[in-house]
Amino acid sequence: MFADATASDTALRRFLHGLPGVDAVGLEARAATLGTRSIKTTAKAFAIDLAISMIDLTTLEGADTPGKVRALCAKGVVPDPTDRTAPKVAAICVYPDMVATARQALDAAGGRDVHVASVATAFPAGRAALSVKLADTRDAVAAGADEIDMVIDRGAFLSGRYMQVFEEIRAVKEACAREDGEDAHLKVIFENGELATYDNVRRASWLAMLAGADFIKTSTGKVAVNATPANTLVMLEAVRDFRAAGGRQVGVKPAGGIRTAKDAIKYLVLVNETLGDDWLHPDWFRFGASSLLGDLLMQRQKLTTGRYSGPDYVTVD
Amino acid sequence: MSPIFEYAPAPESRAVVDIAPSYGLFVDGEFREAADGRVFKTVSPSTEEVLAEVAHAGAEDVDAAVAAARRAFGPWSALPGSERAKYLFRIARIIQERSRELAVLETLDNGKPIRETRDVDLPLVAAHFFYHAGWADKLSHAGFGPDPRPLGVAGQVIPWNFPLLMLAWKIAPALACGNTVVLKPAETTPLSALFFADVCRQAGLPKGVVNILTGDGSTGAALVAHDGIDKVAFTGSTAVGKRIARTVAGTAKRLTLELGGKGANIVFDDAPIDQAVEGIVNGIYFNQGQVCCAGSRLLVQESVHDELMEALKRRLATLRVGDPLDKNTDIGAINSAEQLARITELVDSGEAEGAVRWSPACELPERGWWFAPTIFTNVTQAHRIAREEIFGPVLSVLTFRTPDEAVAKANNSQYGLSAGVWTEKGSRILAVADKLRAGVVWANTFNKFDPTSPFGGYKESGFGREGGRHGLEAYLDV
Repeated sequence: MFADATASDTALRRFLHGLPGVDAVGLEARAATLGTRSIKTTAKAFAIDLAISMIDLTTLEGADTPGKVRALCAKGVVPDPTDRTAPKVAAICVYPDMVATARQALDAAGGRDVHVASVATAFPAGRAALSVKLADTRDAVAAGADEIDMVIDRGAFLSGRYMQVFEEIRAVKEACAREDGEDAHLKVIFENGELATYDNVRRASWLAMLAGADFIKTSTGKVAVNATPANTLVMLEAVRDFRAAGGRQVGVKPAGGIRTAKDAIKYLVLVNETLGDDWLHPDWFRFGASSLLGDLLMQRQKLTTGRYSGPDYVTVD
Repeated sequence: MSPIFEYAPAPESRAVVDIAPSYGLFVDGEFREAADGRVFKTVSPSTEEVLAEVAHAGAEDVDAAVAAARRAFGPWSALPGSERAKYLFRIARIIQERSRELAVLETLDNGKPIRETRDVDLPLVAAHFFYHAGWADKLSHAGFGPDPRPLGVAGQVIPWNFPLLMLAWKIAPALACGNTVVLKPAETTPLSALFFADVCRQAGLPKGVVNILTGDGSTGAALVAHDGIDKVAFTGSTAVGKRIARTVAGTAKRLTLELGGKGANIVFDDAPIDQAVEGIVNGIYFNQGQVCCAGSRLLVQESVHDELMEALKRRLATLRVGDPLDKNTDIGAINSAEQLARITELVDSGEAEGAVRWSPACELPERGWWFAPTIFTNVTQAHRIAREEIFGPVLSVLTFRTPDEAVAKANNSQYGLSAGVWTEKGSRILAVADKLRAGVVWANTFNKFDPTSPFGGYKESGFGREGGRHGLEAYLDV
């Protein structure tokens, strides 16, 4: 389909720079306008449950321990012990060395259908040799990761070496192959805060999709600017246009800085009014978040009981 | 098939504003009945419900209002600018404080969505008073001489599409410059102007400085023909504007007219397509297209025509048409049965002349006046829908091949109020904007307003500017 675009370094550059530009003012205005949608009552209840089911419940700290990961897994399977109707999260997202622990803990808690996602490729900076990144990836896949969240080489991207980024994504995609013949799903993280311009975010989106990404993801959560409604909107437009041009359907994952139910609902409105029904499913849209779940649960309790509880009525991780 | 994520109704409460069963004229700081006791009803366009009965001003009432404004003019114009500024600042703050009431009232009386009154109209109204409050004590630095004087009594007639915003555009500069005013709001949307009269009282504005006369076209005609006024300011249709110009000709009255338009929105093949789609939607479906500077003609470069039309149609399918008080509504009701008939007639002519009509699937409410967002493709310069102002949610799409052709087609109109240019190439924006004969040219945006920016037309779109330093000239004796 897009073989011409990736035939050579020059062709790839020409293709990416031939994509329509993004007007920053107009983009941000559109995202802000959609942020004023008023989601109430039944719509709010639907959106909260959908958002919970889309969470990649995340812990990516140097201080992570098996105990911490097990607690997170238990919460991911039973988010609200007082109300078992609350849906499970989509996945638990950890560093590669915690994948096995997470898988065991999820299975033990009755969460076989909850995925384990692992960051890899020298996350978050990605500053390592390709061989190290691939080994990191294979290690996570071998430990049982269902999904791999890789980072692109922003240095290569910003200096215009698009083919290098493209080939690295392809190589990581190959390293996602499992023994059973299936692939771990590949999420490609751009670090929008470092790409800086919306034009770059659009180019990175197409680059990753051309190279075989299953999901495109805004950020690592480790820099100052992470997911914003505007940079996520650019990515939503990219996956829409990619499919319309004959490509596969690709998922989108904003990550970092989404902490409240209100924020999450704004993102769901963006998805709803840009992509519609086809993407309103955990297979195609995820939230990378840690504290978001707590607020979603508090809002959920408010809708069910009619009163606000408080942080002590929601489990800490 | 209904969508998975259906937004539940989110109506703004209409209880936030008290609407009296009847309203009088606001003359000399008091509400009073019309001298001949005539009244008319104002209805809500989205439901056809009668909102209130309003006094209908006749010739005698015009005399009284002009006399009150004349008496108030001496002391008002003698106030130091800094004192007039205090009143304007006070009005601006009261408008901000009462903006929720005003937004609901405007939505009820006009039919436009609450999202627009809340997020566009009211913030701009307050901004206009704040901005002109700032000018009141700086007129000697505005470039009109060391001590520019006001004109006197201004007779102002405003339309129904932005009732309160057009009032602000008229009253704020007039008062800042030291004039007094008699203002006639449109027959179908009198309520926010009467609410504003109450704001003037609340602000302690001296009586007679602002007078509001409600009524129909005959009231407006009596006002602009009155011998006691020094200045006529009108915003509305070109046909009425021409009549007013004839009335005023040969008198000492100053005149500014802000009339119709047939704005060209020009999209080049290197435009930011997603934002251009938003700009097109904002240009022609904002306020149901009832905007004099609407981007009602889309000129699109042939090489991106199909791609752009596909994107635009996809976007139109997401517009939410319905209850204007619902916070999620994008498109509200048409202001009156008369306006709906005018839109329908022109749209029928478009089909008859061979243009291709398209609207997204959308259910229109049964009561009230509604028109689905509409696109006409295969439109040529010769079609009526490419030349006449429709003043409704109807876009006429034409194509061009080169920048020169785009400019030639854009300028080939009796009007010259607004235009838009969409391209990522900065030098092209400057080159094209320079050649467009339109009072406002937006680059990579559309329908953006700011009190600091002068607004007005070329050709049959009128003359005189409103807003910015240039707008002051219309209310100063220079």
